Amino acid sequence: MRLPARALVVALPYLWLLLFFAVPFLIVLKISLSDVELAIPPYKPLLTWTAQHVLQIRLDLQNYGFLFTDHLYIDAFLNSIRVALVSTVICLLIGYPMAYGIARARAKTRNVLLLLVVLPFWTSQLLRVYAWIGLFKANGVINAILLHLGLIRAPLTMLFTPFAMYVGIVYSYLPFVILPLYANLEKMDWQLVEAALDLGCRPWQAFLKVTLPLSRNGILAASMLVFIPAVGEYVIPTLLGGPNALMIGRILWDEFFANRDWPVASAVAIVMLLLLVPFMMWYQRLQAREAGAGS
Amino acid sequence: MRIICKAIWLALAGTLLAACSGHGGAGAGSARKVLNLYIWSDYLAPDTLSNFEKRTGIKVNVAYFDTNETLETKLLAGSSGFDVVVPTSAYFARQIKAGVYLRLDKSRLPNLVNLDPQIMRRVQEFDPGNAHGVVYMWGTDGIGYNAKMVHSLMPDAPVDSWRLLFDPNVAAKLAKCGISVLDTPADTVRAVLSYLGRDPNSQSDADLQAAAAVLAKVRPYIRNINSSEYIQALANGDLCVALGYNGDVMQARDRAREAGNGIDVRYVVPKEGSVLWFDMLAIPKDAPHPDSAYAFINYMMDPKVIAEVSNYKRYANANAAATPLVHPDVKSDPGIYPTPAQIKGLSVQLADTPEHTRALTRMWETFKTGR
Repeated sequence: MRLPARALVVALPYLWLLLFFAVPFLIVLKISLSDVELAIPPYKPLLTWTAQHVLQIRLDLQNYGFLFTDHLYIDAFLNSIRVALVSTVICLLIGYPMAYGIARARAKTRNVLLLLVVLPFWTSQLLRVYAWIGLFKANGVINAILLHLGLIRAPLTMLFTPFAMYVGIVYSYLPFVILPLYANLEKMDWQLVEAALDLGCRPWQAFLKVTLPLSRNGILAASMLVFIPAVGEYVIPTLLGGPNALMIGRILWDEFFANRDWPVASAVAIVMLLLLVPFMMWYQRLQAREAGAGS
Repeated sequence: MRIICKAIWLALAGTLLAACSGHGGAGAGSARKVLNLYIWSDYLAPDTLSNFEKRTGIKVNVAYFDTNETLETKLLAGSSGFDVVVPTSAYFARQIKAGVYLRLDKSRLPNLVNLDPQIMRRVQEFDPGNAHGVVYMWGTDGIGYNAKMVHSLMPDAPVDSWRLLFDPNVAAKLAKCGISVLDTPADTVRAVLSYLGRDPNSQSDADLQAAAAVLAKVRPYIRNINSSEYIQALANGDLCVALGYNGDVMQARDRAREAGNGIDVRYVVPKEGSVLWFDMLAIPKDAPHPDSAYAFINYMMDPKVIAEVSNYKRYANANAAATPLVHPDVKSDPGIYPTPAQIKGLSVQLADTPEHTRALTRMWETFKTGR
């Protein structure tokens, strides 16, 4: 009777997925096919027993159709993807050299550097985003320093601009880029780079031809870790981004809280998930291929 | 392997047992009466709740919300577990229609006689017969402005009018020192409709379009669209004109005074009219402890109790018997207690239809993004 214990171990992750992904997803899917109603809860039930003991199912697909009749939703989806893409690229540009530096540092320094990357997680992300408000605002720290140095005459408007939003997103997600890239670069066989140099590559050629291709998996993992949550980011654009940052997170808030239209809000959430699925599948396939090539 | 299985079962059983005994503990504790209160943060006098506990022996569990939307979502999801909640009038009106609240048994609220009949009559516009709630605090929407900054940019600024915010010629001059409006279309659009001399509660598309046109013209001059950060921004001079709630602007004024930064924040209810808001005390239908809820609402209508809250938080209460106990500074401040003549010109915010809400939110999104 070894099977139960083993089955239990295997079942655990599936149970986890079932409880925390499949069930909530199905609930949201159910609400997205329902109609809004001023009641508790604020949508109509899908299944009703009629007087003749007939089980009646009402599915309303209009909530999905509605998303395509108004360009607001499409604009918000596109804008969210654009913001996430730009943030991902900036994160990679900053995070890659940092991860590279940490991976090449001496073992002792390396631990200190890694600790410094993880350290900000010891305070709440919300607090750290709030701290940027103090830095960016009109009479905030940055403006005060620049004014004092005489570099500017009038305070710069930084808070509530796309600039502040990108700084906030890049700052918040940078550790998620550095850590997988570091893990990847640290495992790399640096003798390959030495070989490339011996064979006449210049350092930058060795980097482009050896290091970069070998760290592709790290780059992909890092990109996914930034891109996917950044698409649905709500807090940072709201606090730093100013009123004209049209993101899908805010549309969701509007639908859910301002319009009290849970069905349309759920439809937006489902469409957002569907938009992200191709990215995840693509990543999954690349990884599978890599694993296949490795064995 | 069997040992592992056994260990897991034991662990599971242990957790279950612990959970059960934990539950039993709570059951035994419930012999003492409890009240679950859900209220805006920082909206009571320091000893309001402790005095209630002392007087009645009911233990108060208090949780705080920061937006009406948070409260509403919990109420609409059902079984919120709260006994008394404090919604604002426009939301309250809609929640009554959704069947959220208990019809009050007035025989259990003897202190109702203390309330100001004039104010309770205004509340009947959205709660006929005052059947579902009692006014906790009330106030107005208006303009908070930095007197010095506005004066220096525009000596003849119309500080008693909505033109300060919505006339493009005025807003263009004041844009430099910072203009903000509330990120609640229901409030901001009603202010624009007052400015246009139309019915603030209008549900017509034509009126909404007219308001949208006004907002689009001043959009370039509006720095900030939010419902809470303007308090601090007014107090430290990051903003000079803000559409806001009277209590918030008073708070900004007091913060500036405390900071001693020489900033003079003033509040005005524009002459074209504005809206009144009421924060209500109400009992959800599924409240687990309705007896405690009645006791608490009755306690909050005790003149001494509510006068202390007004003195401390500087909001107007609706308790006629409490007026003699309210500090003269608070009572005579037209920013806190509008004069009876002013009140007549103010309208009560009624519930929007779902269709109008959707149109309003959509228009608001266009306005905010400046498209």
